[in-house]
Amino acid sequence: MDKKRRDFLKIAGVTTLAGLGGTTVVDRLVSGSSPVQARAAQEVDPAEHGAGEQTAAAGHGEEVVKSGNRLGMVVDLRKFREHPELLEKVRQACHAEHNVPDFPNKKDVIKWIWPTGFENAFPEHSTYHLNESSEDNKVPVFCNHCDSPPCVKACPTRATFKNKDGIVAMDYHRCIGCRFCMAACPYGMRSFNWRDPRAGLDMNNINRRFPTRMRGVVEKCNFCAERVGLGEQPKCVEVCGETKAMIFGNLNDPESEIRKVLKENFTIQRKPSAGTHPSVFYIV
Amino acid sequence: MYDSGKIIPGLIIFVLFITFPIWYNHGDAGAVPQPELPKNVKECVLPITEMRSDHMQLLNEWRDIVLRTGDRSFDVKIGDKMYQKSLMNTCMECHTSKKKFCDTCHTYASVKPYCWDCHLAPVE
Amino acid sequence: MFEKALKGNNYYWMWLAFLGTFIGIAAICYVRQFNYGLGLTGMSRDVSWGLYISQFTFLVGVAAGGVMVVLPYYIHNYKEFAKITILGEFLAIAALLMCLSFIVVDLGQPMRMLNVIFHAQPKSMLFYDMLVLNGYLFLNIICGWVILTSERKEVPPPKWIYFFVYLSIPFAVSIHTVTAMLYCGLPGRHFWLSAIVAPRFLASAFAAGPAFIVVAALILKRVSHFDAGKKAIDKLVTIIIYAALVNVFFVGLEFFVGYYSNMPGHIATLQYLFFGLEHNGHMYNNLVPFMWGFVVLFIIGITLLSIPYTRRHNDFWLGAGAAAIFISFWLDKGVGFVLGGFVPTPLEEVVEYYPTANEIFITIGVWAMGFFVLTVLYKIAIGVEQEIE
Repeated sequence: MDKKRRDFLKIAGVTTLAGLGGTTVVDRLVSGSSPVQARAAQEVDPAEHGAGEQTAAAGHGEEVVKSGNRLGMVVDLRKFREHPELLEKVRQACHAEHNVPDFPNKKDVIKWIWPTGFENAFPEHSTYHLNESSEDNKVPVFCNHCDSPPCVKACPTRATFKNKDGIVAMDYHRCIGCRFCMAACPYGMRSFNWRDPRAGLDMNNINRRFPTRMRGVVEKCNFCAERVGLGEQPKCVEVCGETKAMIFGNLNDPESEIRKVLKENFTIQRKPSAGTHPSVFYIV
Repeated sequence: MYDSGKIIPGLIIFVLFITFPIWYNHGDAGAVPQPELPKNVKECVLPITEMRSDHMQLLNEWRDIVLRTGDRSFDVKIGDKMYQKSLMNTCMECHTSKKKFCDTCHTYASVKPYCWDCHLAPVE
Repeated sequence: MFEKALKGNNYYWMWLAFLGTFIGIAAICYVRQFNYGLGLTGMSRDVSWGLYISQFTFLVGVAAGGVMVVLPYYIHNYKEFAKITILGEFLAIAALLMCLSFIVVDLGQPMRMLNVIFHAQPKSMLFYDMLVLNGYLFLNIICGWVILTSERKEVPPPKWIYFFVYLSIPFAVSIHTVTAMLYCGLPGRHFWLSAIVAPRFLASAFAAGPAFIVVAALILKRVSHFDAGKKAIDKLVTIIIYAALVNVFFVGLEFFVGYYSNMPGHIATLQYLFFGLEHNGHMYNNLVPFMWGFVVLFIIGITLLSIPYTRRHNDFWLGAGAAAIFISFWLDKGVGFVLGGFVPTPLEEVVEYYPTANEIFITIGVWAMGFFVLTVLYKIAIGVEQEIE
């Protein structure tokens, strides 16, 4: 027995050493993931993208050097109160642009941007006696494109990832539908295709320049990556137009319009305590 | 050999069974598919032979460049025009019929790519 | 050794046929779900994990619980567990197969499952869960099989196997720790965001796993000549009692942190689970009976296991006590913990989850598959045992 115990101690010692070595590997893998570092670093630690991407060599192009941009949005709720019909118009335009299906059954619902109550969007703000304007009016909610997104960390296949401009994007080709990202999102902004989304679309009347999704994958607002990539504004911003109810731009560019708006107004973010650093700001 | 009376007929039946598709079709692979090519365009992204063998890799590459690196520039040259890297918005501009182009070979080779679960084929 | 599983009396075959029926029904239900999508379940964008993932979470615990017989036997050389160890190892195999099946039936795109390896994301806890679950399954298959084979040949097991046996002990702890981290690593879900989730999971696992082994050993004693031994069972019961008390103590701590500190986010889910949550004039309380079932069965179970008469002199009451603990902790972790965590939603709404018939039949089928595998493995173990005698 004593001999066995000694053997065990030997094994335990070796395992511990292996474990200590392992942590340095993990440290390297995780390095560069803190928001401060990510913002400071104009280029990305090669270690972060080196590991696990060997498969990329087999014909899969992978994550590239970050551009240093951080795209973000300011939502001016005052403007939405001045134009009560605007929010519904924005919702419809976004859903039409991206072929988001419309299911009557609450269990199947998919949405990218939608109106909700002030208390629902900002549960951390005390609202014992809400002022009338906040009570009557709805707040548009959509993906916050967080600077340190918990969904990206949760996704076991890198199907959801932060692209070079800071957009939290989805690769529907890769998603296995585990819905870990939905549990991870502190804002409830992600939807799942519980059934074939085309059953909820008028197929004769859809945007033929943008794909639909398939069943079994998660989807959400993509900050109109397909439009932004071509130098256009996101659809919702375009619909708001001259009202300036939604302002879109690069948060890391001190000369951008969005930075001016942020400097001149008091803004709040949703659930800052979750530590996600949302890129969407609200003027109440 | 023990039980050769059982093993040899067994092997013969097994070989016949797995080669069933070949002799059922009399060794004939069927008519070679004739995908309908676009009439007004003569060139594609790559030479025809390469397109024939590698279009799936090309599409995968495009997908990753567009989606993951976010490079949506119009950098695909066909003839003297520049195009975006896009199945729906570039390929299907010329190949206007999925049925007469994609499906002919895919049906013949019995491959079922899942492109069209999400991407939209031109209206026919 | 598989031939041992092919010889059995009528009851053995009837039991397997009974389980097989449910596996068959589940297969049909799964084909339906595969063709239609997960819309055939009761899950929605607000409650995005349902019965499948909650069963998975509980069964990881059952698998990890097997270590409570392996550890005393191999580390502390507690000889009484010589016969019962194999029951723990084979239970872990069956439980892990159920876990993996529950993950697969829960995937929206099961055909792309291997993307977890092709595009591995080492920041994701699911990646590590995949590694440790498969690792632990592999370790238990190797250890169980090699040791049983040497037993059959009546030779001491080869030395190299002890490396894997010892390795399996930290692995057992790791599978449940990593599974807990799936939950406590998520910001914004107050009920799950608690450092005590992992210890609580382990405590409940170390009670539920051995409780199952006790029930199984008592049944095996009746239907075969396999006798685990009174001393071994008694020691297991002691382990169950302590682990069960620790688990309930941890649940109590959650109550203290929630209600005494009066943090709304911490209270909401506990309120919903145990008393019902009022929201916009409507009372939401569909999990309340399950949670009080957990409390009542725990009290019954711990009482039966603690009173010397029911514990030592009556197999029926002993079995009933162990079964009560097992079911109690299934209600706690296999129902309440996962489903409750989704209430309230991140948008401060309450959406209740009701599983569909299709979903329930798939769940039953996966359990039946687990029992099927377990029955066959136990049959082999007993067959070898009898052969030696």
